[in-house]
This record gives sequence, structure tokens and C-alpha cells, in this order.
Amino acid sequence: MGKRIHPAVAGAQPFQTADLRPTEILFEDDEGRERVESAISRYPEKKAALLPLLNYAQERNGWVSSAAMEEIAAQLDITPAYVHSVASFYTMYNKHPVGRHLIQVCTNIACHLNGADAVMSRFLEEAGTGPGETSEDGRFTVMEAECLGACGFATAVQINDEYFENVTPDSVPDVLDRLS
Amino acid sequence: MGYPHSHDLEIGTILSRHFGDPEARKLDVWTGKGGYEALRKAVTMTPDEITEVVKDSGLRGRGGAGFPTGLKWSFMPQDDGKAHYLCCNADESEPGAFKDREIIRWCPHLLIEGCLIAARAIRAEHVYIYVRGEYFPYTRILNGAVVEAYEAGLIGENILDSGWSCDVTVHLGAGAYIAGEETGLMSSLVGGRAEPRIKPPFPAQSGVFGKPTTVNNVETLAAVPMIITEGAAWYQQWGTAKSPGTKLWCCSGHLNRPGTYELALGMPLRDVIFDVCGGIPGDKRLKAVIPGGCSTALLTEDELDIPCTYEGLQEAGSSLGTASPIVMDEDTRIVPAIRRIAQFYAHESCGQCVQCREGTSWIVKILQRIEAGDGKLADIDTLYDLCEQMTGRTICVLADSVVFPLRSSLDKFRGEYEALMTGRRA
Ligand SMILES: Cc1cc2nc3c(=O)[nH]c(=O)nc-3n(C[C@H](O)[C@H](O)[C@H](O)COP(=O)(O)O)c2cc1C
Ligand code: SF4
Ligand code: FES
Repeated sequence: MGKRIHPAVAGAQPFQTADLRPTEILFEDDEGRERVESAISRYPEKKAALLPLLNYAQERNGWVSSAAMEEIAAQLDITPAYVHSVASFYTMYNKHPVGRHLIQVCTNIACHLNGADAVMSRFLEEAGTGPGETSEDGRFTVMEAECLGACGFATAVQINDEYFENVTPDSVPDVLDRLS
Repeated sequence: MGYPHSHDLEIGTILSRHFGDPEARKLDVWTGKGGYEALRKAVTMTPDEITEVVKDSGLRGRGGAGFPTGLKWSFMPQDDGKAHYLCCNADESEPGAFKDREIIRWCPHLLIEGCLIAARAIRAEHVYIYVRGEYFPYTRILNGAVVEAYEAGLIGENILDSGWSCDVTVHLGAGAYIAGEETGLMSSLVGGRAEPRIKPPFPAQSGVFGKPTTVNNVETLAAVPMIITEGAAWYQQWGTAKSPGTKLWCCSGHLNRPGTYELALGMPLRDVIFDVCGGIPGDKRLKAVIPGGCSTALLTEDELDIPCTYEGLQEAGSSLGTASPIVMDEDTRIVPAIRRIAQFYAHESCGQCVQCREGTSWIVKILQRIEAGDGKLADIDTLYDLCEQMTGRTICVLADSVVFPLRSSLDKFRGEYEALMTGRRA
């Protein structure tokens, strides 16, 4: 990383990426300490930095472990149980490691009308895995998603921090080829 | 990139003029196009003067409820000595809606400028832009613009040498539709589960961090700069007396040219669907359209000439909502479509209210049963009954939101439900 992130946007960094920078202890290095400081500095109450720090944990490690939640709790003077209760409310926090590419296929109404279920099946078939499961080589996790906010460009698919639009069953292999 | 545009507005569009032009994201290009002129003007105006102009313009909230924006701002207390906050609602997650992301990704500085002017009007010292977590690529663009604006002295201390200061922070959600409901958003922002709460107290009395707060949608705020530079009367040349101005329409489903189009309020759905969006693929007939995003009542072919305004759609028993028509062609099977919508609400219910938590999952179960051919006629009564129990009885209106599409589908397409039960073809 190296480059300092402006505190105004430090809590809003994309946190689902293939470029993980795994660490066992989140807030020990300069980067981690800077993120905590930035996050806390933007709110009149420390607790409000909770989502920014959960985001950060996932950005580094690809998921949010219990150890990470404990660390975050300590930074914000709240209990680990509280952090758990908040983290589990939000669908984007992975409570387990996922594949290098998290593939989320919108099957909500506009995509449903345009054949999203077939797109979902094709992804599962190509990845050789079941819904919510990770392929044996660890490359893909495929899940159904709720509306991704790209309804005019059905079927919408989010893969990590990228959007793929107008995906059809036939274009699925191409999409997968573009992933590392 | 062939970005869908509308050219029906005589003097060009307001919000979407620069959609599709990546250069417009850059501060120097943006200011060259007149960007931040409105802010320059606003810092010479008093908060009340700004609020008056926006009140006079008749601008109504674009997040779904259509509440008059100037009036909302005027609820913020004066001289109370407390910190005030503005939350920009960029949680956009209503199925069918994809307009806020277009503003964020093409005109991030327009949004920032709108946020700052609104913040000045409500005497806020800090703006939080709450963006839905999934919008990573667009958040990246917004982040870049916020940093640029800080560096140029447009955000922060002593903005444009006016002596007035205001901060902006981008806050990223993590996947929860209910965080778009304003009290849910506030619960989430302060570091909690996005659980809505009962009003009162209203946000203007006690919002984030227990302080007076205003929540406004992205599109609402993005409309403010032009209203400040051009004036209230200018804005009212479009639309109707009760629904002035232009609106971003998000058109999806079975359409030849789906996309986001800026249109004057009042255009009938027929024109939106068949002219602007080029009609339905294969020249098929329209079976139904959900006009305002998936939480609104569906309309049929014979209702397409209603003018699309807040009042017009309300009279027709539906709602303008987020102006997000989802079009279903004649071959669409209504029951699976409504089942999919119901699944969304069951998934997104925060679980605080029994009627909502239990009701949404019962609806899904019953619809799945009907779809599988195992339904019985009494199920239709049960569904109506659930609709009754879920209307107006919960903390927030998520429960009501599933009722609108469901009940209207039962009213208008009962035959399709019955056909699945009796084995007859509809
Ligand atoms: C379940 C639910 C979800 C909502 N989601 C959003 C949303 O994603 N974005 C939004 O701006 N408003 C949303 N709203 C409306 C907000 O509660 C609020 O009315 C709006 O943000 C106010 O801004 P406005 O006056 O500028 O429209 C939602 C409301 C409900 C009940
Ligand atoms: S109506 Fe549903 S989403 Fe709204 S507060 Fe109650 S349980 Fe939560
Ligand atoms: S319904 Fe698929 S992106 Fe909105």
C-alpha cells in the first residue's frame, strides 16, 4: 500500500478483492494503526468506526474472523459479542474464507425476468460447485445475490469488486476466463 | 459507450447531461462546465435563503416517499447549539432502481456540491454519504472526487474562503436493504445493526449521534445545485404543480432499450415504455408493469396512460416510488415473479416486527407451494389475509412494501394463481 489514504474515504475502501494482504494481527502495523485512527477521527463516537473496521478486516483477509472481531472490539471499547451481533447482520461480511473470486449472481426480479436463473446454473456448472460453496481449487465461490442496482443491464453479476452486466449463460465462460 | 440518453428536454438534461463522459468526473473538467458555481453562490446566501429557494422549487425527495425537500430542511432546529448532520442516502437497493449509481459514477462532483449546499441549509457540520457496500467500483470514483474536492478547498475548513466549514465522509455499508430506510441508515451509521426505529423522535430532533439530522437521497441532493443557480421558477418549467422537475427513470425488465433516462415528470408510462425504451422485444404485448420499483403496485396495459407524477400514480392505486418501471411481457408468469419479489423482502426483513418477519416468509412458502402446483384456493384468502395484517402495523414500511405488488397481482391476475391450482391454463 504505502500511500496514505485520505481519512474522509479511508472507511470506504472496496473490501472484497482478490488481492488480499493477509495478516493475523490487524492493527499492529503502520497501515492498520492509520486505518483505526482515520476511521475514529471521522465520527463523534468511536463505535461508529465499527463498519469501517470490519470492512478493513475483510479487505486484508478476505473474511472476518472471530479474532478480528475481538481486535476491533478492543480498539473501539465495545464487547466482542456486540461486534458479532453487528457483523452477522450484514450479508457482505464473510464469516468463513471464500474463493479467490466471489461470484454473486443477481436473481432478483429484473434479472429473473431476463433469465438470471440460467446464468446462475451456468456459473455453478463451470465452477463445478454448489450454491454458496467454494470450488475445490479455491478459485470460485458462487452465490445468488439480491438486486445489485444494475437492473437495466440484466443479468448483473458482481465478482469481487467488479460488476459484469448483460451476462447470459453463453457469456459465462468468457467472464470466467477474464479472472486470474 | 452508447450510454442511454434521453433528449426530450428542450434545453438538455439537468442531472444526466454528462452521463457517459468519464472526463466529467475530474474536478477541473467539471468546474469548466460550471461545476461548483452553485456552491459559490450558496456560501453567500444564508441557510434560510437556500431553504426558501428549494422550497419554492417544489423539489420532492427522490428516495421513494416524495417528501418536499425544502420543508424537510426547515424542520431542522435553529440556534440549538448542537452539531447537525446530513446523511446522503446512497444505499440504493430497491429492486428496479439504478439511478443513484449513475449520478455517483458519472457526476460525483454534482453530488458533492449538492451535499454541501444542503449541509449549509441545515447548518450541518458533517455530511456522511452512506453508499451501499456492493457499489465498490462507484465508491472508488466518489472517493477520488471527495479527495480532489478536499484538496481544492471545496470541502473542509473555510470553504471557498467563506469562513464556513463542513466535512464530508464516505461511509460504506455492507449489504442490507433495510439500511436504506432512513432510521435504519442512522442505526447502521453509528455502528449498529441497520434496524429501523419508531418515529418520533424524528431525525430532525434526534438523528445520528442523538443530534438533529436530515436524510436525503442522492438524486434529491444532485438536483439542488441547478436549482440554486437557475432558480425555483426555472425548475418548475418541467412537470406538474405537485410534481415539478425532472426525474431519473430506471427502466428494466422486458425492454428493447432498458436504462436510466432523465424525463420530465408527467410523461405517461406508455411513452416511457414504447417511445423512450423502444418497446418490448419481439413486439410482444405488455402484461404488467411495476411502475416505481418493486415495492409498488403493478399496473396493466389499460393503465399506461396515467401521467407519471406522484399524484397521478397514487390516484391509480400505485406509486411513483423511485420511478423504476419493471416491465413484464405477455409471456411472463406472474406467480414466480411475485414469489421472487417476496423472497427479497423475506431475506431483507430485519426481523424486529413479527408481522414482517413471519409474514414475509409465509408469503414465500405459500407462493412456492402454489407455483409447484400444490396450492389450494383457500391459499388466496390466506394471502389476502396476510396482506391485511402486514399493512400499517410495523415499525417501518418494508412490510407494506411486499403487500403492494402481492395484493395487486392477486387483484389483477387471480386467474394465473387459480390456474396453477386447478391445472387449467390461464
Ligand atoms: C425499506 C425501505 C428502503 C429504503 N431504501 C432507500 C434507499 O435505498 N435509498 C433512499 O434514498 N431511500 C430509501 N428509502 C427511503 C428513506 O427512508 C428516506 O425516505 C429517503 O432517503 C429520504 O430522502 P429524500 O427525502 O431525499 O427522498 C427506503 C425506505 C424504506 C422503507
Ligand atoms: S417492518 Fe420489517 S424491516 Fe421494518 S422494522 Fe419491522 S421487521 Fe424490520
Ligand atoms: S434486479 Fe438484478 S440488478 Fe436489480
